[in-house]
Order: sequence, then C-alpha cells, then structure tokens
Amino acid sequence: MSKLKLATVWLDGCSGCHMSFLDMDERLIDLAELVDVVFSPIVDAKVFPEMVDIALVEGAVASVDDEMKIRKVRAHCKTLVAMGDCAVAGNVPSMRNPIGAEAILNRAYIENATAQPQIPCVVVPKLLKTVRPIHEFVDVDVFLPGCPPSADTFHAALTALVTGGPLDIPALTRFGA
Amino acid sequence: MSPAVDVKTLVIDGKNVSARAGQTILEVARENGIEIPTLCHLDGLGDVGACRLCVVEVKGSPKLFPACVTSVFEGMEVSTHSERLQKHRRTILELLFTERNHICSVCVSNGHCELQTLAQQQGMTHVRLPYRNPELTVDGSHERFTVDHNRCVLCTRCVRVCAEIEGAHVWDVMGRGIDSMVITDLHQPWGESSCTRCGKCVQVCPTGALFDKSKIGSDHPKYPDFLPYLNMMREAQ
Repeated sequence: MSKLKLATVWLDGCSGCHMSFLDMDERLIDLAELVDVVFSPIVDAKVFPEMVDIALVEGAVASVDDEMKIRKVRAHCKTLVAMGDCAVAGNVPSMRNPIGAEAILNRAYIENATAQPQIPCVVVPKLLKTVRPIHEFVDVDVFLPGCPPSADTFHAALTALVTGGPLDIPALTRFGA
Repeated sequence: MSPAVDVKTLVIDGKNVSARAGQTILEVARENGIEIPTLCHLDGLGDVGACRLCVVEVKGSPKLFPACVTSVFEGMEVSTHSERLQKHRRTILELLFTERNHICSVCVSNGHCELQTLAQQQGMTHVRLPYRNPELTVDGSHERFTVDHNRCVLCTRCVRVCAEIEGAHVWDVMGRGIDSMVITDLHQPWGESSCTRCGKCVQVCPTGALFDKSKIGSDHPKYPDFLPYLNMMREAQ
C-alpha cells in the first residue's frame, strides 16, 4: 500500500499544536511507516502539493493570507482536520474581536511606539476585521479541540484517520484541554 | 400518624417510577438514576428554568418541557434522551458559546467548568453558529472577587444564592434578552456594593464568570455542595 500524504498548516496560532504533534515522540516513527509528511512548517516544501490525503490545520483565520491559504488547502486535500482550539473556535487570537483590529494595531504600533510610529503595510498581510474559526470559511471534516490537543489525542485521531477506524473525539479531548 | 402521601406513577425513558405529588421531572429522574443535563439548576436553590438544557418530551404534547420546573402527573410518559432533545441541547450549548467570549484555554475555570464539561458530554466538538464577540466588561473592584461578564451564561445562580441563602440580594439581572447582565446593587461596582463578602455566588457560578482573586491559572475548582446541607440545618432549627 502506498503511503498516505499528510500536510500540516500553520495559520494564526502559537505553534503549540505542532509542538504537541511532535510530542508523539517515538510513535512518530511508526506513523512515518504509514504517512509521508509532504508539506509542513517542519519540512522544506514551499508549495502546497496538488493533492494530499490529510491536512492538519493549526490556527484561526486572522488575515487575508490565512484566508487564501485555507481555501487553497481545502481545494487540495481530501480530509481537512481543524487542529486545536484556534482552528476550531478562534481561541486566543479571537480575543481581539470585541476590540477590533484597528484599535489593536493603533495601540501596538502608534500609541505605544516611541520611534517612527506607523502601522506595517508592506510584506505583512492585512488583518481581517475579525478572527474566525476555519469552518466559517471552508468545510471541515474533523474537529479536534484542545489547547493544544495532547500527543495521545493526536495519536488516537491520526491512527483512526489513517486506518479508517472509529474516532470518538469528545472521548479524547475538549475545548481548553 | 403522618398524612397519606399522594403518590403519582409515571414512565421515564420506558422505566416505571413513582413520585410524590409536586415533585419535578428532574427530581424524580435523578432519584431513579436517570441523568438529565442541567446548567442553571443547582441542588439547594429555587429553580427558574433559565438554561433550557433539561428539556424533555412528554407524550401527548408537541412542546418541550424544562424538567427542573415541570411537575409530574399521574400516567405521564417522559422521554429524556431522544435524538430531537440531543439536537436541541447541543444547539443551546452552541448558542451559549457564541453569545459571549468563552475562551476555555485562558479561563480560571478551565477543567472545572460546567459549561465546558457539558459541551464535552453532549458531544459538541465545534460551534456551527457565528460568534457574536460582544464587548463586555470585567469588574475587579471587589477586594476578594472578580466578575468577568465575558464568561457569564446568565444562569442566575448568583442572584438566587445571594437572595435565597445569604439573604442579601446584592446580585440581580439588568436589561432584556441578549443584552441582559448580572449586576450588583443598582449596577454599582461590586466593590462599592452592599456585598457581604460571603463568596457563595463564586462557589455556585458554573463558569469562570465569578472567581476568587487569589486563584491563578486554571486552579479554581468550586464547591457548591454546601447548599443542601445548609438548607437542611436551617430547617432543622
């Protein structure tokens, strides 16, 4: 059997979900027998492949860049997994929503700046008005809450996804876990 | 000789049970080991039927009935876990999550929160409705406690414990509908209110909306179990 293609994507999150993924430790070696990690912040590929079997997406959608990425990932993956509370529910990045992107940028780059106060506008992507979970933009196949989901949760969920076994997510994890 | 007890017999989830007249469906179900999820209900406080999580079906009516405030009657047939009820309960929980800013990961009640636990128990892995993200206040004016309205679910346990048990009635509800919020006195800062500093409201709050300032991180289990005992001892006097 040819290996499944796995991608991991990092939007507006802290990378904690990726750290927790790596916390699977020696179990990653067994996982590597079943999947190839073809795109990820931890591999060299710069271009998202034509089609992957499973895409794990960490982080909420906070900028125009995030939105472009999540739409691209959806179009080029078979199973999309919202990985962690930011992707599932907005979580900490969404705490700016009641205050507004503009007010946050002003506080950070204008009010508190002592030298050359200015809001960055080149290279960095424009922020969306509100930070939202990925399922408000694209269809999501699997929701894996947790901040971050534990390594055991990752192992159980990925094993089920790769082997096609049963997956009872509320038994594994919850918001804030 | 004690007066004759008025006994009602009914069926809950196919199980024949008996009850005393005037008992609620929730009381009778729990006495018989049938668990119905609740949020605003708390043993020891009067019921208000605010959260609607305990809704059940009663044969012969298309309506749903909150089990905590619906009395039993002879021959009643109650269903507590139909697919329809589970769907409604999940939607109620999702509405609660969208209504304010519940960020479990940074909440003092993370791991001890009734809302969070209910979501997990009811199999809620995400919220299908758009989040409202309202701008709400945090009142830290009290020397011992804080109220964070971002995490309030308007269960009114604080209002009831303060009025019914402490007898102070410092807490109440202001506004209507989705704009309602719990307030101290006539919307004075908590620290300047007539609060007796007893802390009962903090112990009964199901989420991290009311919390003790001495608690940090997510180390804030709450202990509302004192209420039935307190009531029992008072009645005995």
